Amino acid sequence: MSFQSNQRPETGAFFARDRGWHAPALTPEYKTSILRSPQRPLLSLDGTISEITGPVFGHSMIGELDNDLIQNYARPGESAIGERIIVHGRVLDESARPVRGALLEFWQANAGGRYRHKKETYLAAIDPNFGGCGRTITDDDGHYAFRTVKPGPYPWPNGVNDWRPAHIHFSVFGHGFAQRLITQMYFEGDPMIWKCPIVQTIPDRAAIEQLIAPLDWGQTIPMDARAFKFDIVLRGRRSTLFENRLEGN
Amino acid sequence: MQEPHRLKETPSQTAGPYVHIGLTPNFCDIHGVYDTDLGTAMVNDKTLGERITLRGRIFDGADTVLRDSMVEIWQADSAGFHNSPSELRGTADANFTGWGRCPTSGEDGFFHFDTIKPGKVPYKDGRWMAPHITLWIVARGINIGLHTRAYFSDEAEANAVDPLLLRIEHRARVETMIAQRDGNTYSIDIHLQGPKETVFLDI
Repeated sequence: MSFQSNQRPETGAFFARDRGWHAPALTPEYKTSILRSPQRPLLSLDGTISEITGPVFGHSMIGELDNDLIQNYARPGESAIGERIIVHGRVLDESARPVRGALLEFWQANAGGRYRHKKETYLAAIDPNFGGCGRTITDDDGHYAFRTVKPGPYPWPNGVNDWRPAHIHFSVFGHGFAQRLITQMYFEGDPMIWKCPIVQTIPDRAAIEQLIAPLDWGQTIPMDARAFKFDIVLRGRRSTLFENRLEGN
Repeated sequence: MQEPHRLKETPSQTAGPYVHIGLTPNFCDIHGVYDTDLGTAMVNDKTLGERITLRGRIFDGADTVLRDSMVEIWQADSAGFHNSPSELRGTADANFTGWGRCPTSGEDGFFHFDTIKPGKVPYKDGRWMAPHITLWIVARGINIGLHTRAYFSDEAEANAVDPLLLRIEHRARVETMIAQRDGNTYSIDIHLQGPKETVFLDI
């Protein structure tokens, strides 16, 4: 798809990632990372056309209920059980420009902390009307929104008594494959956040705060659903004022 | 003085063991939400170029295969153009998405993509990069997605002058990025850690 825009085409390389802001690969308190973390330095290279470009997805692929997890797996006339919430926000780049046409995919446990997955054996019950996946695409201003039930915390076999905070997983595509990002959103005021080894993989508290969505009272729909606001920032890209021209262009 | 202020990128977190629920729900038996899982069909009957399969496995530091990871690939079409608005050198094959997504099998750990062999694409200084496929790997235990590339064993001449491969100081490690051809299938093993560790990119 092509975007109608009077801006210069986006062909600049992306800003280098601040790898001290992100979690390092090896974070021993999160035990699985010990054998799944590269030990050698990453090979660094200014972005090439292979990473500057990336797939974009048309709004036409989005079904009517794709961004409504309360309804998209529910039997007719029924709905998922749990606290009804709206999660919404904007996808921006590091230069604070809206990222339009960004595909967001979400997944989460149900209100009791149970995932609908064959490898999940937690004793909390499956909700027959809740699947746990959704997706949407940002509008021209970078906005997105979806409706769901607030997930519950759940225990996991890491330490003897480790529990994940309530969280929603996010997968985001910007305009270049170098922007590809998967992260997790947490909820304002949850005391579990500060006990979690996966949260603690992130070294800087300010970076962790960036994953915590505040209650957005203004967007709450009376008698229906509370709202939480979660903005996402993807890598910015250099403008192409003085880029070397490729031979043959 | 003005501040050269930038927003900070949202920090990455692991995709976790249940990544399939969100990205390939039909694969994990959540049916009826999406007709098909995204990224399963890269080609159709009209796609130009040589049909190939890219397959591989991912191993941890104890040489155990990952059965819960997710691989995405991104590549140029047979003429070297990407199906992306940022591709200004030419028009990509409309019958080729260039992007695929595949979970590693819960049984044998293989991922596989039915795709086409990409054309060569230019590096920014005008040199040609050898044909390659970009891979992005996420899984439980991986805090930030790992980028690497698969080059092709039957492109030795192009690989020998590829600007990225030339930057690999320890020459023995170049081999970790070469997918080995057998018929129409290229196979590559990704090693996350240890003596055979794959070259991963910060790009």
